[in-house]
This record gives sequence, structure tokens and C-alpha cells, in this order.
Amino acid sequence: MERRRFMQCLAWAGTGLVWAARGGVLSATTLDEATAAGADFTFAQISDTHVGFGGDANKDAMGTLRDSIAGLNVLDARPAFVLHTGDLSHGQKPGAFDTLAESLKAVKAERIVYIPGEHDVAIDGGKEYLSRYGAGTYENRGYQSFDYRGVHFVGLVNVLSYKPGVGGALGDEQLAWLRKDLDALTPSTPLVVFSHVPLWAVYPSWGWTTADGEEVIGMLRRFGSVTALNGHIHQVLQKVEGNISFHSARSTAFPQPAPGAAPTPGPMKVEAGQLRRLLGVREVHYVEGTAPLAVVERPLV
Amino acid sequence: MTRGFLTVILATTLALTAVADAATPRVQIKEFKFVPTLLTVPVGTTVTWTNGDEEAHTVTATDRAYTSTGLEAKETYTHRFTTPGTYTYFCALHPHMTATVVVK
Repeated sequence: MERRRFMQCLAWAGTGLVWAARGGVLSATTLDEATAAGADFTFAQISDTHVGFGGDANKDAMGTLRDSIAGLNVLDARPAFVLHTGDLSHGQKPGAFDTLAESLKAVKAERIVYIPGEHDVAIDGGKEYLSRYGAGTYENRGYQSFDYRGVHFVGLVNVLSYKPGVGGALGDEQLAWLRKDLDALTPSTPLVVFSHVPLWAVYPSWGWTTADGEEVIGMLRRFGSVTALNGHIHQVLQKVEGNISFHSARSTAFPQPAPGAAPTPGPMKVEAGQLRRLLGVREVHYVEGTAPLAVVERPLV
Repeated sequence: MTRGFLTVILATTLALTAVADAATPRVQIKEFKFVPTLLTVPVGTTVTWTNGDEEAHTVTATDRAYTSTGLEAKETYTHRFTTPGTYTYFCALHPHMTATVVVK
């Protein structure tokens, strides 16, 4: 049987429910069922830590980051690694990358894989980010792929070609690299593709899209199981398109409004008791062969 | 005598304020827009931008010849335009925010 038949995607919506998606149809199940699957390995996603953020939407973004890390460290299934999907810093505040590195020392995982968000590269075009995080990526450009226990992971950079009127884009060189990277794989290889800005057009007028994202999605269509993870929009949002499931992650720093729900995408102020329900991290379980790739959201409360 | 002296001081203060306003035109950043989007100034003018949003923004030349850092709420950035020309700029975090300074 094809692997995609087994594909399912589970996401805890923060209310204790788990949503299971099979072939695009959502059905609810319990969190216990989701975690009882017995994953071969688990990895986690942390996003939009925005170190340096000091706005009214969250006066203690370092505190909520610390609590997010604590939440990761008590998971039954220890994540094999953590993906940070960008906006490490808030507009490259001086010292932010050092502060983040110090905070993330507490994460109990073998390694953390980074991709940049626009906040990490907007001021200097990526010089500081790439000097710190470029090692081990393709030609020091920030994008990379690696294999872990049969799953192919691809980290894309879609924030380095911002110019007036154009936000997220990969550019021709990265697209050529990606095409070559994927060409070597059989369609049954499970893929996890992660980027900062969503690859699909979530809400273009707020810059929540990747200009050449459709080209990427076109390259992914021949694969039986694709999970696309992103940050940038500071909220859980999911879409299934064929065998590709897209998941936007929460921030650990501050929430943003749902697409079109406010005049601008600026930080969303909510009542104190509500904030921690809107921040958090995500764990993803992978089971070889029987194959549920279960995405479980972990809000702070 | 005293009244006349105060009047002179007041007049001088007003004159200085007027000169200061002309020399440092202001652009407000509000609700993800630069206001005004088109500003015309004489050569040698220093322009001041103020971020009126909660979200961070930048003032970045299209050719990246100059840029602010990420401006927080109420933070300002200044840039002096020393050569005549048309200068477009944008917010490097929200690139749909674009505007122009014309220097004559």
C-alpha cells in the first residue's frame, strides 16, 4: 500500500481536541489517541521567538519563550531535534542572537536547525544571521536539506529577497537547488519542508505568501507524503492540498490576528488570561511504515 | 519694558520653531503606511520618521544606501538628503509599505 494512504496529520487545536486529517478530511480524536501511536521519532518546531520584542502585546516575551522551552522539555517523547522556523530576533536588535542562543541552551534536544525570518535579515541583508547560522547550509546561503531516519527534511529561505512591493520569495538559484535536491528522491520518500513565510497564499495583502511558492508546491506534488511547516503568521492554520499538508505555527512571543480580521497584521493585544493560549510550540511524531505524521500543538496553557 | 522684552523672546521662539519645522519635515508611520507617501524637500533637509505603530518597521532605501534599524513604537529615525533627486524607500519588514522623498 502506498505510504500516502497511511498519511494522517494530527493537530491539537488547544482545546484538548486532536484533529486527524486523512486525504483532506478532518476528523476529531483525543490527544491520548494521538500520543499513543508510538512514534519512531519526534521532532519539535519553535517559531517567531522575536527576541527583543517589547510591545504591549506581550511584556514578557522572554518569559513565554522560557515557558515554551520548559514545555518541550517535559514531553514524554524527547524530540530528536528542534526546527526554529525564523524570526529568531525582533528586527535584529543588538545582542538578540546571543540572548536567544543562551535561552535555547536549555532545550533538551541534540540539535536545533534554523532558518531565518525577515526580522533576522532585514537590516543587514542577512550578514549577521549567515555568519552565525550559515555553516552547514548550502554554500552558506541558509537553505539546506538533511535526512533523518528515512524522512527528507528541507529548510528553505524565503526572506532574503524582500524589495519594495515583494515579500516572501525563494529566487531562481534556490529553486534550481531545490529541484536538484528533490530529483534524487523516490516519490515514496516522506518529506518535511519548512520555511518562515508560508509557501501558499494565506493572505497576500498582508505579505503572507511566497511569490514563487507555487513553483515549490509544483515540485512537491509527485511525493506521497509532504508536510510543510512555517511560522511568520503567529497562529495555527492548516490546509491540505492533495498529499501536501500545510501547518502554520504559533509564535512564542505574541499572537497576530486571523487573516483580514484586523486593519493590519500588527501584534494582537488580548486579555491577559488569553495570551498564553495563543503562544507555544509544536511537536511532530513520525511513525515509519504505518506512517502517521502527527502534528500536535502545545500552547503554553 | 518687560512686556516688550517678552514679546521679542516669544517672536524669536516662534521664528526658530518655524525654521525647525521646515528643516526637519516629519513622516509618520501609521497603520502600515508612510504618511505622507510623497514628500518634497530642499537639498540639505533632514527628514524624521516616527513609528506610530505597535509593530516594528524600518525606513530602508530601495537601493539600501541607508536604513534605519527596526523601529519600535514611538522610535524615530532621521536621514539627511544632500543631493537632488527622487528617492524611494520601503519598510524592509513589510515591503508593501513604500514611499518617496523628492529632493530639489
